[in-house]
Amino acid sequence: MNDAFQVKSDPKLWEKLGMDVARFSGMPPMLTNAYQNIFLSQKNRPEKMAYFDDMVANIHTGRIQEIYDAKQGGKPVIGTFCVYVPEELVVAAGGICIGLCGGAQGSIADAEKILPRNICPMVKSAFGFKVGKICPYFQVVDLVYGETTCDAKKKTWELLDRYVPTHVMEIPQMKRERDKRLWLDEVKDFKAAVDRIAGTVTDFDAVASGIRTINAKRAALQRLNTLRHRNPSPISGKDMLLIEQIAFYDEPVRFARKVHELCDELEERVKSGAAVAPATTPRIMVSGTPMALPNWKLHHIIESSGAIVVNEESCIGTRYYKDLIDEGGTDMEQQMERLTERYMKIDCSCFTPNDDRITQVLKEYEDSGAEGVIDYCLQFCHTYNIEAVKLREACEARGIPFMAIETDYSPDDVGQLQTRVEAFIEQIRG
Amino acid sequence: MQVGIDLGSRTIKTVALKGGALLQRRVEESGFEPHRQALQMLSDHPQARVVATGYGRHLMQQHADLGIITEIKAHALGARHLFPHCRAVLDVGGQDSKVIQLSESGRIVSFQMNDKCAAGTGRFLEMMAVSLGYGLQDFGEAAAQADAATPINNMCAVFAESEVVSLKNRGVPPAEIARSVHLAVSSRLAAMVSKTCGCQHLVFTGGVAHNKTLVAMLEKSLGVPVLVPEEPSIIGALGAALHAGA
Repeated sequence: MNDAFQVKSDPKLWEKLGMDVARFSGMPPMLTNAYQNIFLSQKNRPEKMAYFDDMVANIHTGRIQEIYDAKQGGKPVIGTFCVYVPEELVVAAGGICIGLCGGAQGSIADAEKILPRNICPMVKSAFGFKVGKICPYFQVVDLVYGETTCDAKKKTWELLDRYVPTHVMEIPQMKRERDKRLWLDEVKDFKAAVDRIAGTVTDFDAVASGIRTINAKRAALQRLNTLRHRNPSPISGKDMLLIEQIAFYDEPVRFARKVHELCDELEERVKSGAAVAPATTPRIMVSGTPMALPNWKLHHIIESSGAIVVNEESCIGTRYYKDLIDEGGTDMEQQMERLTERYMKIDCSCFTPNDDRITQVLKEYEDSGAEGVIDYCLQFCHTYNIEAVKLREACEARGIPFMAIETDYSPDDVGQLQTRVEAFIEQIRG
Repeated sequence: MQVGIDLGSRTIKTVALKGGALLQRRVEESGFEPHRQALQMLSDHPQARVVATGYGRHLMQQHADLGIITEIKAHALGARHLFPHCRAVLDVGGQDSKVIQLSESGRIVSFQMNDKCAAGTGRFLEMMAVSLGYGLQDFGEAAAQADAATPINNMCAVFAESEVVSLKNRGVPPAEIARSVHLAVSSRLAAMVSKTCGCQHLVFTGGVAHNKTLVAMLEKSLGVPVLVPEEPSIIGALGAALHAGA
């Protein structure tokens, strides 16, 4: 255990961002404690995780300072809630794109003063962070770019706009040609909006560079996930999830470099047989809805019960990095089309039909050497919840152990979940 | 000697086996400090190999040298021991209900547990009995004798209680309300069973399986025989004891 680890505080910076400093001051010690218990207590972690530990230590300070400085230097800072919003175009305009999804119970009471209780915990958590002024990322963004992937989100944007300028792009819900044309127009509108905020016109070269940067980030995560699939596992599922979460707020070029450094170490570990768990450890793949920082609830339960998580088929997971943009576009129109093509491959359950996702889950199950699938559904996420019916059928038809769970961020069902996860592990072990 | 101990939300059960034969079984209230009660019960068998199951299994591991398995595996093992061809188990305890589907060889193929609320559990039935002025025993009997039932719409224990109050105040006889409550629970359990598995017969375990009215209603709605062990509440402990010998 690393007692020196500490999530840092910077009340002066928080003051400048208009945060509720008194209230937020309790957050870093709480996170320090949770991080020590959940992450630093793990045995035999890769040394190169040190960078990512440091990113957590600086989550409310160092990284915020970097973003704040960039903003002072005239760079646009855009907050997003979905892997559909093309961050390539923000990077192309010299801006910073931050994933703002909320994964904490602490801000839900703030949200419920305004929003109905029976909606998605991620939407409530995020909204509560803004309303309570207790998220430095939310405070530092110039504006939010929302989308229409679910009803809770699209209606919440109307209210969020009262606290921070909120733009909305329409995500189609089918994948026919006319839907793709709509999406292309939305992407072009997004580019125009980003350019307007940045006060530039991003040209072909800038867009090409933005695409290369984000492709490189996604490729680094692909490499990491491939290494992570090795048995025995060279890295824990919790650490992998953490890196997938950090991908949404770190600087993309540095992040990709650090991921590659970790990959180099993992390659050595694979050669030398160094692992975080024996090869006989039951291997579980998680699919479904995203786990936003600091939501480590399910992974922690699984890995505390004697199994290891070997894949996240999730927006904060493979759905974010499985596809790259074809870099061969020769003019701006082609670039936009190829970018759009890549984004239309995202298999979010908001689409109908969405059978590509079932195929993708089965593929990742094979690739990761998993022995069972736990489908994770945030409460009130109807589309993923209903899609779990088809996923269960597909898994059961192939003899793949499958369990669907529906939960939120509150700790009150941890005992229940623990029993179900342990029973699922018993089922896998036979 | 092998001992299984099941630390449930309401009661603690132990089963001691010697050479495969039942030596002793005990059922006690969990009390406020379940691990003390459990340690006291285990002191009957100081030399035994022990496996714990139930909500308190992790707690017990901090206080005694023993193995643990989940309630799901324990009930599957116990039910299979008594009914060797059993492919589906329904366990309804004080705090949760679960359905377990088994392969021909007895492997767990899938299982389902109720979510964090108490709907369709022993606790729910208990609360409804209390609000109607019945003991647990008379509650089932009254329900069996009523010849009509008014649908109960709420399965949330809190809302169902207020629904029961409003039925009482409309002059609906308590026995009729008791029947309604039983029908609501049995239809919920039947839905859970049919969602998880189609089966030739169902083994029903856990304290709630003592309720004969509920068993009869389940048989009727599932259309298959519902088999209840002689002492359904000790099946988890029995499974744990069997595992201790494995």
